[in-house]
Amino acid sequence: MNASWALPLAGLAVAAALGSAASSLLAARWPRALTVLAFPMLGVSGIAAQAAGLIALASGARQTTLLPAGLPGLPWHVAIDPLAGAFLLMLGAVLLPVALYGPGYVRAFRNGRDSLATLGACTGLFVAGMLGVLLAADAFLFMLAWELMSLASYFLVCFQHDQPESRRAAFVYLLLAQVAGLLILMAFGVLATTGGFAFPAMRAAHPDATWAAIAFILALMGFGTKAGLVPLHVWLPEAHPAAPSHISALMSAVMLKVALYGFLRVVFDLLGPPQWGYGITLVVVGATTALLGAMLAVQQVDLKRLLAYSSIENLGTVFLALGLAEIFQAAGHPAMAALALLAALFQALSHALLKALLFLGAGAVQHGAHTRSLEQMGGLLRRMPRTGWMFLVGCLGMSAVPPLSGFVSEWLTFQAALQAWRLHDSLLRILVPLAAASLALTTALAAVVFVRAFGIGFLGRARSRQVRHAHEVGDGMLAGQAWLVASIAGVALFPVLVASLLGSAVLQLTGRVPGSPGWLWLTPLGPTTASYAPLLVLAVLLGVGLLGWVVLRPRRGAPVRRVDAWGCGYAPPTPDMQFSAMGFAQPQRRVFAPVYALREGFAGSAYEVVAGDRSWSWIYRPLGALMDRTADLARRLQAGHVRRYLAWSLLTLLLLLWIVS
Amino acid sequence: MNLGTLPLVDQAVLVLAAMALFSAFALLAQSRLLAAIHVFAWQGFLVAAVAALTGAASRDPHLYLSAAITLGLKVLLIPWMLHRLLRRLSLERQADPLAYPALTLLAAAAIVVFADWVAAPVAQFEHSATRNVIAISLAIVLLGLLMMVVRRQALAQVLGFMAMENGLFLAAVASTHGMPLVVELGVAFDVLVAMVLFGVFFLQIKDSIDSLDVDRLSQLSASIERDEITEQRP
Repeated sequence: MNASWALPLAGLAVAAALGSAASSLLAARWPRALTVLAFPMLGVSGIAAQAAGLIALASGARQTTLLPAGLPGLPWHVAIDPLAGAFLLMLGAVLLPVALYGPGYVRAFRNGRDSLATLGACTGLFVAGMLGVLLAADAFLFMLAWELMSLASYFLVCFQHDQPESRRAAFVYLLLAQVAGLLILMAFGVLATTGGFAFPAMRAAHPDATWAAIAFILALMGFGTKAGLVPLHVWLPEAHPAAPSHISALMSAVMLKVALYGFLRVVFDLLGPPQWGYGITLVVVGATTALLGAMLAVQQVDLKRLLAYSSIENLGTVFLALGLAEIFQAAGHPAMAALALLAALFQALSHALLKALLFLGAGAVQHGAHTRSLEQMGGLLRRMPRTGWMFLVGCLGMSAVPPLSGFVSEWLTFQAALQAWRLHDSLLRILVPLAAASLALTTALAAVVFVRAFGIGFLGRARSRQVRHAHEVGDGMLAGQAWLVASIAGVALFPVLVASLLGSAVLQLTGRVPGSPGWLWLTPLGPTTASYAPLLVLAVLLGVGLLGWVVLRPRRGAPVRRVDAWGCGYAPPTPDMQFSAMGFAQPQRRVFAPVYALREGFAGSAYEVVAGDRSWSWIYRPLGALMDRTADLARRLQAGHVRRYLAWSLLTLLLLLWIVS
Repeated sequence: MNLGTLPLVDQAVLVLAAMALFSAFALLAQSRLLAAIHVFAWQGFLVAAVAALTGAASRDPHLYLSAAITLGLKVLLIPWMLHRLLRRLSLERQADPLAYPALTLLAAAAIVVFADWVAAPVAQFEHSATRNVIAISLAIVLLGLLMMVVRRQALAQVLGFMAMENGLFLAAVASTHGMPLVVELGVAFDVLVAMVLFGVFFLQIKDSIDSLDVDRLSQLSASIERDEITEQRP
């Protein structure tokens, strides 16, 4: 296909998203508008974004144009290049199943008090904002689209605003989103002083080392807030459960990636030559984020909070890989840098698909069983078999079990980390393996997280009445999840093709193509170092499974006896005698006790333990108290006395006169 | 500088400006409202005289008009309106003593010194008579503001405000031989409208809190009061 189609297709995606937002306004009068118009248009937007991304990746070319809008003297620059293409692909790949899933999910809100028109309009604007961020090629349009994305998603988070926790989550989100926006604006301000507001000018000019470091820190904090880096992550576990599930899927799977895109664009594309100091910062922050995310995810009872912490963990892994890429690039090993960057992009793509699937699954559970609490679930696999099996695929992928896609990205990251012996700096040679070790711990913890989520939620017996009466969800919602399962299977089984597609984005940033040609064996560093063929792994797994089934299958005609399990002579077991969700996570709670803000107590007759996030008590509460005290001091000025205000004016006037004369 | 070598008109302008500054001090220290209004009228008269003299010196006919407007407005109309307001509010015998008269006057003197120091750079491109007048007019403006800070009576604050306006007018006349006539007419009209609004406003204040003490206007709005009540309640 012709490479020049990429930009028009991307434009079509934006137009369809805006059209979806506009047509949702009809839903105030005609609720079916959402099903008939808004979600299909989102689907169109998803397909167009996917196509544009694929074309941009396949052609590897940058296409730019100017739009006749914006500030005088600064028209909107729009561009699509392989890097943007990779993220457009992720966005489209998630948006399409969400559009399939949405109509069934919002039907539950149709009789509620919440406005469907608001939901649909903000969803459309949210998607348009994310597309705008990916397509922008000047700082002004970028910030405009970024704020559109933040504000639209704020309204989606506080969609169910009659619930106080939704309002609180939305406030925390808005606060941190605005701080992040300000930091990003300042980062662009630093970059724009040497170049200009358009990205090509920024790319051509490089600020000196001090200013570059300042811009790096600003960009890391700004984009890191949005991407959920510790300790700026606190909005994420609040906002994701509060939003409707298909929105949580979009936020977690796509919006975090858009933040990642912004970071890649600023630090790897615009900022100038790589520095190993940046790399070390990224590795440390990424490893900390990944570990803390996994540790906190283990302790969550709310399924969507658990998934939110798992997103934090995954983004931490991505930033760790980015740090490796920066270190290798600065040390003059572009091939290793390309490998690490490929690992990061692969992890981003894989996480986008898997997390979207899991959030849609959690939404289906909420829809079918009316709960998000693991303590009330159990035995859902029998009541919601299709959702359950698809959720299992997501859990396996997240636990990085081969042959699923999560394994590929983790494996690539390890391959990059294991090349640390090539570095000459002894500090780096110690740090990188340590980071790899923490990544291994993270991966193991992630496996615990999802064994727990699936085992407690879907296996065993129902722990509450509403879960006992859970029902499978409708076809549309299942189709959305099935689409994601199919995409995950494609990515997982043909990683070489995906890697070669993402490779053109890596080529753009590092100047090297990672990996080798072929279709079966993924050999990132050459066949003697390491290689992986998921199809063969799958074949072996299937073969072993088949063998086991043949050997162990019940003999024909042999009598099958079904009786209750022997209860050791005690009273028959009740569902309450199963492992509880908090009980399952107790070993981790013991081992990592200093990490958690543990709160134990009795709520009535029930024993309760909550493992909270220490960043609230260590950072945010003191910060809030400081703000309050400062505000109290400022309030003294605002005494309300007319004469005192006049006195302030007089003093200010005298001071200014003194300064100017 | 030797003031004696200046032309006679300039010397007269300086004398009148100095008297205007003195009237600003009188305004600041005068605790009786009725007397303060008279002082204000005198100040207006002095400023108008400066404008007329400058007009005579520079043969600028529109300065006569400015002087006439000032005379009509600041010397006759506004003092008369204030008088009427005072009678309607029955405040003729009301005094508004300063809390720290000595301290206030010392501060006022310091402000005059400060204004002279601030105006010093202007001397480079103006001849000395004008420079002194600029320093004086700046001092009058700042003293007007000081008066608004130290006086508790709303009416006295209005006098301070109008005195500031006098200072500005004096600066305009002395340094640039008057603002363009359109601007001057606009300013005059503004002051008049402000006076009318103050009048209405005072009647309302008097109605609602039975006093014109601005220190009793310490709540920005009723909502804050409500907030504080709810805060105290657990």
